[in-house]
Amino acid sequence: MNTAVIVFPGSNCDQDVMHAVAGSLGTKVRAVWHKETTLPEDTDFVILPGGFSFGDYLRCGAMAARSPIMKAVAEHGRRGGLLLGICNGFQILTESRLLPGALLPNRTLNFVCRPCFLRVESVSTPFTSLFSKGQVVQFPIAHGDGLYTLPEEELKALEDRGGVVFRYSDSDGLTGDNANPNGSANNIAGIVNERGNILGLMPHPERASEALTGGEDGRVFWQSILESFTKGGR
Amino acid sequence: MTYRVSIFIELQEGVLDIQGKAVERSLAGMGHDALRSVKVGKYIQVWVETGSAEDARKEAERMCDDLLVNSVIEQFRIEVEGE
Repeated sequence: MNTAVIVFPGSNCDQDVMHAVAGSLGTKVRAVWHKETTLPEDTDFVILPGGFSFGDYLRCGAMAARSPIMKAVAEHGRRGGLLLGICNGFQILTESRLLPGALLPNRTLNFVCRPCFLRVESVSTPFTSLFSKGQVVQFPIAHGDGLYTLPEEELKALEDRGGVVFRYSDSDGLTGDNANPNGSANNIAGIVNERGNILGLMPHPERASEALTGGEDGRVFWQSILESFTKGGR
Repeated sequence: MTYRVSIFIELQEGVLDIQGKAVERSLAGMGHDALRSVKVGKYIQVWVETGSAEDARKEAERMCDDLLVNSVIEQFRIEVEGE
């Protein structure tokens, strides 16, 4: 499985995610500059990393979503290729309309940077197949604009089709309002598209991929992706 | 002719305007008793070279659709002035 990490001006988790994928899986990972117009031909998995692309000017992820490489990234996603957006990458996916909804400033208007418990809502995605349904995992969050929103009817449709993959919870898996760090609708932390190959999430699995940085739940996330890829040949 | 196009962007009804709410609370706390509500939006100006004001408006609308406005959460209106 060959991974391409797209680097935008202002990305700052690109090296972390390359380190986490290479360290957890030992597979090939390459950085691709956003001005490129094509992905390396043998790319199987594309990651849009966290950061503050284009300084978060206008709207988070808005200008990155219009970068030259994004046509090839969208095409990769449309063909069923694995595509993951973390934090700013999630914002870029919604701005590209590859995922529904939008991310607004946190309800407290604070930048929130801390470890966070998440309940795994769906294990039928290639990103979560090695977790168990309802399992509580811990990934850190670090964002100012993480309040996930979408119109009422679309929210219902997203929930009905099982598109919510991660929800903010407490350590027992309870998803009350006090476990919601940013005011996201229904405590949503991560969603997947209908086909199941495009995932966006605000928390950072790459920062929970080795004990040194406070946890290893992220390794299961990367291993799920590799196993799904190996089995399914996506 | 060069036209100055003013683009006013605001959040759609029903989308949480957390910045507006924060400003509202501050103003209320300062004693502005007449205050009933605050909305925070964006004001963008673009200058375009087109044959008519109508074309200038169309150009600006295309820019809004392409980048400036996220139609999932925002709405906009446009004013065109000749320079």
